[in-house]
Amino acid sequence: MNDPHLNPKVFDEDIEQVPSRNGYGEGLVLAGEENKNVVALCADLTESTRTQGFAEKFPERFVEIGVAEQNLATVASGMAAVGKIPFITSYAMFSPGRNWEQIRTTICYNNQPVKIIGSHAGISVGPDGATHQALEDMAITRVLPNMVVIAPADAIEARKATVAIAHHPQPCYIRLSREKVPVITTEQTPFVIGQAEVFAEGKDVAIIACGQMVYRALLAAKELEKHKISPRVINCHTIKPLDSKTILKAAEQCGAIVTVEEHQVTGGLGAAVAEVVSQNFPVPMKIIGVEDRFGESGDPNELLEKFGLTKEAIIKAVTSVLRMKDK
Amino acid sequence: MALSAQDIQKLELKADIIRQDIIKMLVEAKSGHSAGPLGMADVFTALYFHVMTHDPVKPDWEERDRLVLSNGHICPVWYAALAEAGYFPVSELKTLRKLGTRLQGHPHRGALPGVETTSGPLGSGLSQACGMALALQMDGKKNWVWCLTSDGEHDAGNTWEAILFAGKNKINNLTVIIDRNNIQIDGFTEDIMPLEPLKEKYEAFGWHVIEIDGHNFEQIIDACDESKAIFNKPVVIIAHTIPGKGVDFMEKDFRWHGIPPDSADVKGAPPKGEQAKKALSELRTLQGKIRSEHE
Repeated sequence: MNDPHLNPKVFDEDIEQVPSRNGYGEGLVLAGEENKNVVALCADLTESTRTQGFAEKFPERFVEIGVAEQNLATVASGMAAVGKIPFITSYAMFSPGRNWEQIRTTICYNNQPVKIIGSHAGISVGPDGATHQALEDMAITRVLPNMVVIAPADAIEARKATVAIAHHPQPCYIRLSREKVPVITTEQTPFVIGQAEVFAEGKDVAIIACGQMVYRALLAAKELEKHKISPRVINCHTIKPLDSKTILKAAEQCGAIVTVEEHQVTGGLGAAVAEVVSQNFPVPMKIIGVEDRFGESGDPNELLEKFGLTKEAIIKAVTSVLRMKDK
Repeated sequence: MALSAQDIQKLELKADIIRQDIIKMLVEAKSGHSAGPLGMADVFTALYFHVMTHDPVKPDWEERDRLVLSNGHICPVWYAALAEAGYFPVSELKTLRKLGTRLQGHPHRGALPGVETTSGPLGSGLSQACGMALALQMDGKKNWVWCLTSDGEHDAGNTWEAILFAGKNKINNLTVIIDRNNIQIDGFTEDIMPLEPLKEKYEAFGWHVIEIDGHNFEQIIDACDESKAIFNKPVVIIAHTIPGKGVDFMEKDFRWHGIPPDSADVKGAPPKGEQAKKALSELRTLQGKIRSEHE
């Protein structure tokens, strides 16, 4: 597996690790430099969401909202109505969590180009526990008409996604991680909203992942190759609009699919893939994610292990879909 | 600019026409809200026929004032005012709430010229108006933002988040007008969730407050003028209105909050089937009274 779009050090022990929220912070400054209509609003989490850099560079375009996520969404909707491109940032649990109806009515139904950035998504938030671990955010954003939903695999991709959504005319949501995650892409890796990236062109099974689970999918694929199984690894960073073409091609050519996400199995990436595959080219499928339960406190890696979001779990699921395929 | 008796008479007659439009469109739609739209007919008339900078022929005109109707459910009065002002044909009012209409049950941005933002779910309009005002300020633009809210939606946290936000930012290109009619769906506001002392609450949040009779054109227009002269604070006009104003059997009765005429028998009102006829005849009679009062 030596895809030119993969970090050459991807399988090394000392692979660089950066939180994806850092990439967002850099991307927001770039977007602000590109377009003076980009403004940022934050709900009392400016430093930890990495909105700080923008706030320092463009203080006249930064709006502090305080702990008021409903106001965060609705003030942004109003700013967009007179020509701004507002980025609103908080933890995913609070935005798009707490302010979902405001996002639905005043941003999505209004079709205003507000960019919703949800940091601290997933179980890997760690010690803060279940109240702060957003495991439902992709489901509640994906279901909204007009909304674009992106879960970047690493910090570089988060930076590119942030710049890309500033150009997109519709409401967009990006989910970010709190923890450091391996940097698997490179500056040269293309990023296009709605176009999944195929990292390994295998033919036996497709492993479709998003967020930091792409790294674990790659680790699993490497292991599977040793056992003469040829997996295709797809970084499906855009959950909506879903890249149905790449996914259906994988279904046809590989005949079995495993999806992996740091999110409830209900309503997330796996569900989105199943909706497309089941209606067009049904193949055996397994969805790896959090199984209808809340998170808890702990070290991020311990939690990922406890919740079955590991390389081993992916390998097991692959074995299982391959058995189903052979029946 | 002082209003002449003739100016006031013109506005009163226009408001009366708008009230008749409201009754007719609600009867045709067979659902919708009666009390709120009738109660706000005078404020809408003052805004669209005297106060606001706008151009019905160019609804997207850059220099226009922005109007946010936060309590979207009173949209029949907005639609009637927009139609009477020339944004779209008055005949289209009868399509309210019907399949394929531009006059959605709650107002929707993009559906109808003059509608700047979608509303209906209560408590979110003031924040949007604050966002518009702040962004216009950032760009050094002079456009004014008008936000109409209900008293009932002051139960919502989102409203108070916006009141805090406007106070902090001293937003001074925004006028909020509260339809203080004292009713909400389940009853009187002071029974459901008391709001008083509303004036003092706003003042404590850093606002300039003006209280008016929401059916007196001189007071409405004076308050709007005053609001534009205050530079260091956001301004709220508490407009005391009578729900159902102009139709005797609907006035001050919360049972008419969410139903149209002729949809049900309401104790103390004319029987179903006679209500719209009675309401329209009362409103037509008012026209004579308005004329004779001023002449």
